[in-house]
Amino acid sequence: MSLSGWGRYPVESCHVFRPEKRSEVAATLASGLQSSYIARGLGRSYGDAALNENAGVMWQVLLNRFLSFDHSTGVLECESGASLAEIIEYFLPRGWFLPVTPGTKFVTMGGAIAADIHGKNHHKEGSFSNFILDFRLLTPSGEVLLCSPDAHADIFWATVGGMGLTGIILNARLRLRQVDSAYVFVDFHKAPNLEDALETMDASDERYDYSVAWIDGIATGKTMGRSILMRGNHAPAAELPARLRKSHPANGNSQSGVRNDLSIPTHPRWNLFMDFPSGALNRLTVKAFNTAYYAVHHTVPRELVGFEKFFYPLDAINQWNRMYGKRGFVQYQIALPQASGRAGLRTILDRLARSGRASFLAVLKRFGDAGGGLLSFPMRGYTLALDIPAARGLVPFLHELDRMTLDHGGRIYLAKDAALQAGDFAAMYPRLESFRAIQRKLDPNRVFSSSMARRLRIVD
Amino acid sequence: MPSVLILGANAGIGRALAAEFASHHYDLILAGRDLEELQSLAADLNLRYHVSTRAAKVDVLNFEAMESALAACIAPGGDALEGVILCTGYLGDPEAARTDLNEARRILDTNLTGSALALQVLANHFEPRRKGFICALSSVAGDRGRQSNYLYGAAKGGLSTYLEGLRNRLYPSGVHVVTVKPGFVDTRMVFGKAKLPLVAQPEAVARDIYRAVKSRKNVVYVPWFWRWIMLMVCSIPEGLFKKLKM
Repeated sequence: MSLSGWGRYPVESCHVFRPEKRSEVAATLASGLQSSYIARGLGRSYGDAALNENAGVMWQVLLNRFLSFDHSTGVLECESGASLAEIIEYFLPRGWFLPVTPGTKFVTMGGAIAADIHGKNHHKEGSFSNFILDFRLLTPSGEVLLCSPDAHADIFWATVGGMGLTGIILNARLRLRQVDSAYVFVDFHKAPNLEDALETMDASDERYDYSVAWIDGIATGKTMGRSILMRGNHAPAAELPARLRKSHPANGNSQSGVRNDLSIPTHPRWNLFMDFPSGALNRLTVKAFNTAYYAVHHTVPRELVGFEKFFYPLDAINQWNRMYGKRGFVQYQIALPQASGRAGLRTILDRLARSGRASFLAVLKRFGDAGGGLLSFPMRGYTLALDIPAARGLVPFLHELDRMTLDHGGRIYLAKDAALQAGDFAAMYPRLESFRAIQRKLDPNRVFSSSMARRLRIVD
Repeated sequence: MPSVLILGANAGIGRALAAEFASHHYDLILAGRDLEELQSLAADLNLRYHVSTRAAKVDVLNFEAMESALAACIAPGGDALEGVILCTGYLGDPEAARTDLNEARRILDTNLTGSALALQVLANHFEPRRKGFICALSSVAGDRGRQSNYLYGAAKGGLSTYLEGLRNRLYPSGVHVVTVKPGFVDTRMVFGKAKLPLVAQPEAVARDIYRAVKSRKNVVYVPWFWRWIMLMVCSIPEGLFKKLKM
């Protein structure tokens, strides 16, 4: 079956298994049908992280059952194929939300752990693994290990951010956070340039649970890095307008009543039924969009925004990746340390603006301290994410950006990557050797591998 | 709360039907061969829909234990049991079944003998109560035999005929029988096969089946357009049909 990541680049032929029972996962591994396997969830990693060319892909989406929930602590145990969207659908109306969420809710628990995902609250809460109590890992030998920061801690920290190379996560326990409503009070700030954006973030991000900036990747000169900062806090139910506060017992089952403040604000859902032509998002159209986007946003305090719109604006369009046409695109996301971050951002934004390549969606935010995952992405400083259409000369251009990132002490996010080279990767992830040592011991016969693992020689 | 018994609830359309009925506030008895997996599903549906769920082991190939297994399944629910849906099915390996008679027998026994025996027992439960429904998944494959899956087709065709007769028998007692004939659905039977057209999602099919049960349909194709596809397939003269590669 031909398969790709969310960026639709690269596309590879893989042998896909879709287990429906836990026992099938182990049985498939033991069958020796394929030379190696990699677990895959909803395919939202952008490049080749969940691809395994001419070998096995274990598509975990049907192993998505919720197993238990503790109402007093908010601890949810579920199988690794359960999506964040499902967790929100069933638990937000009961007053629980994800402790950390990426910009799409269409990712699975397993994927979230394997990429040790982060959200707009990394500066406060760190990454996803901070809220994982433990998980059961099917190891290459067929044994199931309960891993946590206390038990098999080395395997836990190798699996967190380990891109699926230590085994297959069967189920996990996640601590949800209690929220009072499905809304966020957002302060919008219009920053005329990069300096202003970074100053403002550094000065006042601590006041917000969530902070993110849309950044214009095309503007140059004095306006380079102009941004719209969107920073918010969960809205207390008592501060919502009356129409959102009232309970409507008539709406739902009368025992619990439907609380409007926790009901999920719905947005029209659009579908992209066909690909845009590959060049549709070009420098001109993106420039027009960016200019308009910057113009319509203003510095506005305390605007009430539904969680869907705040956290998952692009989820409103099914298959938005089709905007980039058949050729696809790459998302290029880097983390830069606090000290050299500003210089690094300036260098890279300047290079991007001069390249003539369009970046339709560019996102900037601050990171808090790095976590314990040996290959986890975040580090204290800044992160920048750019969507760049696949076109001629893209790979050498990305390699150029890789060098700049490396020169400033930064690193690339594996969940987004499609083009990094093994040498640069090793230089970016100083704990790689510790990871390899654990992985080697766990998987001497190379049962787990992926196209990304081979490209970057993650397992060596 | 009314409850419904789902035989073969672990995967595919059975699992989707369990969720569909749970979303309409039905308590569930989830039956199948793999008790541990069913218990996970029971926990899942209980957490999602706040309905009471129970897992029970029933193997339609275990003819001797059929009556006792089903009795144990339905006894605790008592008269709250509104109906049963049989989703058990086994496509098997049609190629292997040409020479491997055990595989051939497994296909026939799962889809016809075991299924019909289970429904026989359940019919005797509902008939004296004079209410309830029996819904079973047959297949469009039962409408006409094709070289690619004729054992499966023969068994499903037999099951369709069985259901026709059962419907006729139970009519005076007010127990309703629904025959469901799914086309291609994105389940184990179809996954990984060379590109098939018109593959429906199990959740969409489950919604159609729920509606068919509620509106007391007799025979329903899911999705609906398969009725017209099969009408065309069945109208091809045998002299021509036997030459086709299907």
